[in-house]
Amino acid sequence: MIDEPREIQAERRVRTVLVHGRWTGYRMLLMARLKEMFREPEVIFWIFLFPILLALGLGIAFRNKPAEAVRIVIVQQPGSERIAELLGHSPDLQTLRVAVQPPAQADLNFRLGKFDVELVPRGAGVEYVYDPARPESVLARSLADSALQAGAGSKPAVSTISRVNSEPGSRYIDFLIPGLLGMNLMGSGMWGIGFAIVEMRQRKLLKRYVATPMGRGDFLLALATSRLILMIAELGLVLGFGVVAFHMRVMGSWWAIVLVSCLGALSFAALGLLTASRAQKIETVSGIMNVVMMPMWIFSGIFFSYERFPAAVIPLIKLLPLTALNDMLRAIILEGSSLSSQGAPLAVICVWGGISFFCAVRFFRWT
Amino acid sequence: MVHCRELRKTYEGKVEAVRGIDLTIYAGQCYGLLGPNGAGKTTTIEILEGLLDASSGTVEILGLNWRENAAELRELLGVSLQETRLSEKLTVRETLELFGGFYRNARPVEDVLDELALTEKADAWVGKLSGGQKQRLAIATALVGNPRVLFLDEPTTGLDPQSRRQVWDIVRRFQSEGGTVLLTTHYMDEAERLCDFISIIDHGKVIASGTPAELISGVGGHHRVEFALETEPAVAAEFWRTLPGVGGVLSEAGVTALTVEEPHLTIPALLTLVEQNGWRLNQLTTRQSSLEDVFVNLTGRRLRED
Repeated sequence: MIDEPREIQAERRVRTVLVHGRWTGYRMLLMARLKEMFREPEVIFWIFLFPILLALGLGIAFRNKPAEAVRIVIVQQPGSERIAELLGHSPDLQTLRVAVQPPAQADLNFRLGKFDVELVPRGAGVEYVYDPARPESVLARSLADSALQAGAGSKPAVSTISRVNSEPGSRYIDFLIPGLLGMNLMGSGMWGIGFAIVEMRQRKLLKRYVATPMGRGDFLLALATSRLILMIAELGLVLGFGVVAFHMRVMGSWWAIVLVSCLGALSFAALGLLTASRAQKIETVSGIMNVVMMPMWIFSGIFFSYERFPAAVIPLIKLLPLTALNDMLRAIILEGSSLSSQGAPLAVICVWGGISFFCAVRFFRWT
Repeated sequence: MVHCRELRKTYEGKVEAVRGIDLTIYAGQCYGLLGPNGAGKTTTIEILEGLLDASSGTVEILGLNWRENAAELRELLGVSLQETRLSEKLTVRETLELFGGFYRNARPVEDVLDELALTEKADAWVGKLSGGQKQRLAIATALVGNPRVLFLDEPTTGLDPQSRRQVWDIVRRFQSEGGTVLLTTHYMDEAERLCDFISIIDHGKVIASGTPAELISGVGGHHRVEFALETEPAVAAEFWRTLPGVGGVLSEAGVTALTVEEPHLTIPALLTLVEQNGWRLNQLTTRQSSLEDVFVNLTGRRLRED
């Protein structure tokens, strides 16, 4: 029986036949997948542009503002020159904006919020007009007071020194960037794999593939590889953006960051595979994914620390894969922790990925 | 070559889509499964393609079977499914390279492009192709693996006449080079022109099989005489059998159809009979019998109820 095909082959017109190696199918699948992704403008936007726009927007909104000037108005009447002169001797001069205006105008401008505090000369002293409901007004009153006292020669009872500390590492943007990276790895892992699979199933392309000698393992491997390639790009872009635009400092080793990102990307790819393992329609899988991702968007500390949740639920939050990923990324990027100190979150993410992959392969429906 | 015995398929305990089908396809044959929509054609061909498991029955292709030799079999078969939508953002050439890459031995993409008249469109995205071009590409993805047996499920459904003819040419060419083809269709003209052997399927069973000529002569004649009378006479169908050379009678909506072997004998006799009874003919036509007639004769229904 085995020899029979050859005989028939000989009867057929001789035609050129290529001989393909073990990995040709895998290579072709990977290339096709990458080409398809990069030809989809939405992919470029959601995976690359979106996190950067988000980081830019939030970075600007929560940027550390330079100390704002304190705006002081002195009511023009006898004694106002002396007050202006005393303020002029203040060591905080560069943060004080002082104006002298006639009483009616000074009152009006204070009321309109153009000045934070109004100084009215009262004989040798000063009357402060301020609004305790406006924090900047309270601050202005106290600054003006200490400036006046110091200008008049009063010595502080306790000697003090001030040192400025607004170094990269402690700002909101430093907290945000690793969280965005984690969120991005989750999103593109789940959408990227889940949607691709359900779409192929819906189009009967999966069925068409399994009608060929394509290795099913090769198919999954190609999907995973395409995720990793994209992951490197996402990582470089988001973290690179933080470094270039916000002068973030990366404290830990880049190798550790890449490794953790790989684990994260694969783990979420496996979760995406699981959510897509049986769904026949895009609508179904999209619903399932939102249900899976929603708790992580809220609890896993993307935009704010999960320490704000009640202490009782924090151990549960730490069992979520995105929490583990974000914690590791922050520890390595911000604190310079080594990979070996991250045993618990490493275990969490590997277990999620492993179980998801196992179940996905078990339940997977090709047709 | 391709053999199946007592094939049955029950979906989730509900519908029995295939109820005992036997097929034998010989090397070099173009075998057609003809039947209306929902007859079980797709289920049958997908079982043969190894995409569905039969509830019972055996399949043997080239001496191999799906349980033990699935990997080898896939190398030897080319498949085109009903309505697969290939990736729209890949070009025609990329799609063929992808599918070719799955096979240990594949044909050079340029050869296949040339053979299926797709060279001009080689660098166009699949999404930009016309229906006929998409269908040719679907068949190309089956041919690029250099298959011995080609399975085509409804290869020309929804295509314009010219595209259909192009698909037929592709099938004939594959067959002329020694390939074996199994195709499903609900177009009788397609089955009649393209297939060497046909099995007519209805309700999950083969109700007739043979070469197109055998099937047609099985109706009782190669010609059909159809006529309508001004007022329908109260006579049984059997009445018309007394005419010379009548092999079968069928009345439908006032039109009576006679299957006859020799119309030159039947028609004069019919005219005489009509005149003797004082009836008047409203309509009288003759044509060649077709597979449609075979189907109507066997089931009392038309192949395409539209």
